[in-house]
Amino acid sequence: MTSPHLLWLLAGVGTILVLASVIGEILRARLSPAGENPVIENLNARINAWWVMVICLALAFIAGKPGVVLLFALCSFAGLREFLTLTTHNRADHWSLVACFFLILPLQYWFLATDWYGMYSIFIPVYAFLLLPVTSALRGSTKDFLIRVSETQWALMICVYCASHVPALLYLQIPGFEGRNVILIAYLIFVVQLSDVLQYVWGKLIGRTKVAPSLSPSKTWEGLIGGTLSATAIGTALYWMTPFSPLEAAGMCLLITLMGFFGGLVMSAIKRDRGIKDWGHLIAGHGGFLDRLDSVIFAAPIFFHVTRWVWSTT
Amino acid sequence: MTMLRSFAARATGLAISTFARFMTAPRALWQGIEPVPHQRVYFANHSSNGDFVLLWTALPTPLRRQTRPVAALDYWLTSPLRAFIGREVFNAVLIDRRPEARTEDPVAQMVAALDQGSSLIIFPEGQRNSTDAALLPFKSGLYHLAKARPQVDLVPVWIANLNRVMPKGEIIPVPLICTIAFGAPLHVEPDETQDAFLARATQALLALKAPA
Repeated sequence: MTSPHLLWLLAGVGTILVLASVIGEILRARLSPAGENPVIENLNARINAWWVMVICLALAFIAGKPGVVLLFALCSFAGLREFLTLTTHNRADHWSLVACFFLILPLQYWFLATDWYGMYSIFIPVYAFLLLPVTSALRGSTKDFLIRVSETQWALMICVYCASHVPALLYLQIPGFEGRNVILIAYLIFVVQLSDVLQYVWGKLIGRTKVAPSLSPSKTWEGLIGGTLSATAIGTALYWMTPFSPLEAAGMCLLITLMGFFGGLVMSAIKRDRGIKDWGHLIAGHGGFLDRLDSVIFAAPIFFHVTRWVWSTT
Repeated sequence: MTMLRSFAARATGLAISTFARFMTAPRALWQGIEPVPHQRVYFANHSSNGDFVLLWTALPTPLRRQTRPVAALDYWLTSPLRAFIGREVFNAVLIDRRPEARTEDPVAQMVAALDQGSSLIIFPEGQRNSTDAALLPFKSGLYHLAKARPQVDLVPVWIANLNRVMPKGEIIPVPLICTIAFGAPLHVEPDETQDAFLARATQALLALKAPA
């Protein structure tokens, strides 16, 4: 599933990471030789984690469709594990939680792998939505019932349903773009994550006005506008590897960077409500899987459906 | 044959701890004590059969090798598989909880294990806690152990969330993140009474319950 365009993109990301690693090491040597500066240490931990994430993604791309589907199924599993750790549930929900992990998640990715669009696009919003509360109800506990079933459904929608729309991009059929769908995934992830990084950088450099002070101290209007616009500009410059014209690419990039920002905002609101800073601890420097994927999770379904509606024949 | 058994024990141990990581992504929080190979008695809350597996998994490998869980003989010797896992995989110090049936004093067994250089994992509540209370009253074993070997660090360990992963009576666990908080070590004071020491140990353990 490798194409020259994918190799170009990976080479570009590799160059950015080499540059970031060199700068990180210089900063460490100057400002934090004994590891005493937490900001520098966190920066280097983040860069190292980026290396691991990019290598995992590249390996999945090389392994082809099964590799990409499996990688995102595992990300969904880790994300769901983080999300359901924080939701309201009691012993009566045990079987519905077991079903989330060991029945609904594998089925969703199975429907995806067999290209059954009519099923994977409604399985969780219809079948899981209606049947899952039944298992909780049959156990007879009514305390916080609506809260329990809603939060479980929300966890499934975010961590499984929305996340599965990243590998779903592989199954679109775009005339003249056959065999290159993996570019759509690489492009989506690259632009959205680049926007995250650039929002952070712009925010650190000139950020003054907070977007939602009660929610996140690090999200500023300057960071938002600077980050989304510069990521959109870079994404637009890469239009030649996508099925989009330059103008279309700009529109798509603006759409997914904004959705990515909204994802970060909504997921921050949940974290703030539950009194935590990070979803998890498995990605050093970043937090959990959901901390890193929140923006991609929000952008993926919209990117998928707009692309499918306008460009795909399926 | 011995080599084969010890290989099987190591492979089983790896499989069990990998499974525990998959289900709970355990997060060790070292608060007031460092993960260094120092002789210790880890005493933890007990709400699930998986407690000592998770604590054992959360220890760095060099510490894990020298750490033996103290477990109930009446549970672990009921089938050959359990006996293999208890004895060979975890190298457990098996004690008899039934005073009328036992031939060896549990505290003497634990002291003997300490004298061989091992660290121990114990659950001072003496049984799994399925009540709404955070902790059951501690048994006196922790105090007698502290008196017998006063130089050994007694480390409180709070295991959070595992009772939600596998509630009592359920067969299939549900994957949720667990945290294992290690607190500052305790030692018994020379003139401290049993009740005062056990109250202090209980408080030290409860203090770890609130997330940091």
